[in-house]
Amino acid sequence: MLDLYASGAALGALVGVALLAATVRGSFLALVYPASAAAAVVLGIVDLHVLLGGGVATAHLPIGLPTIGLHLRLDALSAFFGLVVNGGVLAASLYGMGLDRAKEMTPRVEPLFALFVAAMNLVLLADDAYAFLFSWELMSLASWALVIARHTDPECRRAAHLYLVMAAIGTVALLFAFGGLAGQAGGYAFSTMRNQAPQPLIAALILLAALVGCGSKGGLIPLHAWLPLAHPAAPSHVSALMSGVMTKVAIYCFIRIAFDLLGSPAWWWALPPIVLGVLTAVLGLLYAVLDGDLKRVLAYSTIENVGVIFVALGLALAFRANGQDGAAAVAMAAALLHCLNHSWFKSLLFLGAGVVLHATGRRDLDGLGGLIHRMPRTAVFFLVGALAIAALPPLNGFVSEWLLFQAVMAAPELPQAALHFASPAIGAMLALAAALAAACFVRVYGTAFLGRPRSAEAATAHEAPLIQQVALGGLAVLCVLGGLLGSVLAWALGPVLAQTVGSALPGDGSGPTPLSLVAFDPERSIYDAPVIALFVLIASLATMLVVHRLSARRTRRGPAWDCGFPDPSPLTQYTASSFAQPLRRVYGTTAFAARETVDMPPPGDGRPARLTVVSVDYAWQAFYAVPARLLLRLSERLNALQFLSIRRYLGLMFAALVILLSIAALTT
Amino acid sequence: MTGDLILQFLAQGAQMTMVLLIAPLAVGVVRLVKARLMRRQGPSLLQGYRDLAKLLRKESVIAESASWLFRSAPYLIFALTWVAAALVPSFASGLMFNWAADVVALVALLGAARALLALAGMDVGTSFGGIGSSREIMIATLAEPAMMLIVLTLAIAAGTTRLAGVADFFIAEPWAVRVSLALSLIALVIVALAENARIPVDNPATHLELTMVHEAMILEYSGRHLALIEAASHLKLVLYLSLLICLFAPFGMAPATAGVAGWLAGLVLWAAKLLLGAALLGVWEVSIAKMRVFRLPDFVGVAFVFGFLAILLAFLSRGAVA
Repeated sequence: MLDLYASGAALGALVGVALLAATVRGSFLALVYPASAAAAVVLGIVDLHVLLGGGVATAHLPIGLPTIGLHLRLDALSAFFGLVVNGGVLAASLYGMGLDRAKEMTPRVEPLFALFVAAMNLVLLADDAYAFLFSWELMSLASWALVIARHTDPECRRAAHLYLVMAAIGTVALLFAFGGLAGQAGGYAFSTMRNQAPQPLIAALILLAALVGCGSKGGLIPLHAWLPLAHPAAPSHVSALMSGVMTKVAIYCFIRIAFDLLGSPAWWWALPPIVLGVLTAVLGLLYAVLDGDLKRVLAYSTIENVGVIFVALGLALAFRANGQDGAAAVAMAAALLHCLNHSWFKSLLFLGAGVVLHATGRRDLDGLGGLIHRMPRTAVFFLVGALAIAALPPLNGFVSEWLLFQAVMAAPELPQAALHFASPAIGAMLALAAALAAACFVRVYGTAFLGRPRSAEAATAHEAPLIQQVALGGLAVLCVLGGLLGSVLAWALGPVLAQTVGSALPGDGSGPTPLSLVAFDPERSIYDAPVIALFVLIASLATMLVVHRLSARRTRRGPAWDCGFPDPSPLTQYTASSFAQPLRRVYGTTAFAARETVDMPPPGDGRPARLTVVSVDYAWQAFYAVPARLLLRLSERLNALQFLSIRRYLGLMFAALVILLSIAALTT
Repeated sequence: MTGDLILQFLAQGAQMTMVLLIAPLAVGVVRLVKARLMRRQGPSLLQGYRDLAKLLRKESVIAESASWLFRSAPYLIFALTWVAAALVPSFASGLMFNWAADVVALVALLGAARALLALAGMDVGTSFGGIGSSREIMIATLAEPAMMLIVLTLAIAAGTTRLAGVADFFIAEPWAVRVSLALSLIALVIVALAENARIPVDNPATHLELTMVHEAMILEYSGRHLALIEAASHLKLVLYLSLLICLFAPFGMAPATAGVAGWLAGLVLWAAKLLLGAALLGVWEVSIAKMRVFRLPDFVGVAFVFGFLAILLAFLSRGAVA
């Protein structure tokens, strides 16, 4: 109970600061970030206490809808996601404290930032459908308003418009999901829903509605189109929150419905999240690897990570439906750890992109380059984030990836043919996604931070303010620690796993060393990050010592060799687009029907040669452009109804009456 | 107990030293076999060692636009590859390192080394570095899904992804070689060729500008840095050969408790199998031409298809057993 009081006080204070900032403005705008940071710390401590202490805090307040009131509940699941949310909030707030009050703070952003933070925390606390949807909408609208903060930019307006439409569709879907869960009696409190299992058909519809609702917020293909537009359009620390944290709230919602409220699963529930997740993971990265805008690449990669998490959740559903709780715990642990890890490295990368944007004023990869020389610390932090998101050991991204692969390798043991024959395809697609993630972030880092500057702005970039470096550095340290101490994190997940799938990972001491991560049993597979990292460290130090002793230690700086023809112009470097060209030719021709045509003028003609690439976004065509066109055409047809004679209108009304009456007569 | 631990530690150290020492010899065997088949005299078997020693003695010329990443990457790449190579059981199973990571982690370690190398290739800001990095990464995206399928087949067959466990499983029932494993052997050979930048994927002997992949990436390196990168690529060759031996020809591998005499026997057998594998690679490289870069999806795609078939067969055979 004390936990909820503390949370309530923190959230209340935060909303108070938001109101002050919105009304008084002035110096209160700058107060938002320290207040958010403090609130994040308080809320994080509460979450940690609930998660590790194993308690459940509940409250019932007589506000809200008269018949329901307001139910609040903080259990292991919401506490874990609270930690995810508030870690990201803390980093984003620290970054915000480095913003220039006079130039970079407006009443359009800062008050809404605090409101957005409070709304995300409220979603996690809500324990009835009304409170949940209210805070969910608050979260959507606050982030929408943050997207449209730069409303003079037509790109932002378009992004915000699409976001608003998709958020509305998502909320409607969730409305149906909760309606189905409440049943005919209309029990809107989660505790009532938990105790009544819906009919199988209804349950399936609820699951699909939840998938649409959460998928549209998380960016599951084909509901993703708004995300790569809206996330980059917001200020960078808000992008970090939207991408790193808000997508996790969507995943929380799916877990809450599918693993908590909906009762025991049927095996085929696993198929929609797995199929959509795999598709999202691969396509998201293909979009990312072909895009040239730093922040949009990050947003596309968020889509990929959400897809990976949904695959893990789908596997957890499949294992749980078959009573394989151990494997379900592995899949669930992969999903949860990936949520946590992604919130760290994606926030890190978005904040890093913000620093780059501030230092150079550019987001296009082909205009950056050589930032490692001008922004040495940011470059190190960004490198950690890039390697972590590429799922490379010994960083944190690989821990969840490893657990997920272990879960996939247990999938052939599932009795349903559809699932165990799908398992190699899932494994191969996830491996492709991992390899593409490495490609994507080598490309991003290689063009933005390495090489030579491609523009005057990049050549004169400056390092970020200290407090922003602290935010980036803290997240980078978390990425390293999370990679080394994955087994500790997996242990801390115990209560959440027990709550969602009723089992946990093998505990401490089951592996040969105390910090080794064991998925099933040590005979089967082990990932011992500390030992590997230690040996890599020892091996590199020993190599360094030996090589320096044996070799001529002379080093000379000279012009680049480049096969004997170095060109001083930085334009001769490989760009982000040229880096992506082989990938576009291999994958893009199928996925996006990408075609390139080269217009080479004949000798003697002075025109420049031209390379044109045309590609088709099938998802946009099929799910957005065509339906929108149909809708327009339909409304044009219906437009004719506005200009009828009164006789016709009366006839129509009479026909409607007859039809309704005959329906009533037939059904009763 | 302590004595046993020290012995284990020494055995692990011996394995780390062995893979390091034998790597230039294995490359020497490949080169010699290729030269002899082309009716050339060929370099001495020890040329690999001489090259490394020569590179170590030379000064390093570093491009003006290079950053710290360019200078530190060779050490990390070498260390990562070395540790990965030490993870593959060679002459004995159940050594200390065999417990630290399974084959998924092994592939990921190599992935980390590759990502660092690709980054280093882009660091100087030349067109060749970029071309090499981008193609290397493209090839990796083709090879990794196939590798995952192979791992999955092994996991289904042996019930474990620990390499030592898989090796023990195949030693225990050596004649239960099923068709699916033959298919995954072909797939793994193709993946190994792609990962090691061998013909037909890449030509390690080329310096023709537009066909280079691996060589283009490391074009700016010289002196001790180049020596480390070369040593790392030799190690990677030994790693994949060891992996093939460990998975498909593990007979003669000593169990962890075999003691020094058993280990020595295992060591000799492993070295013989390794050098035989290197000789076979030489024969293969002479008998096939390098492919165009954009034919590679077809070639590595074969590995993918075979990996997939292998899994389906593994399902069916398991279904027949069960």
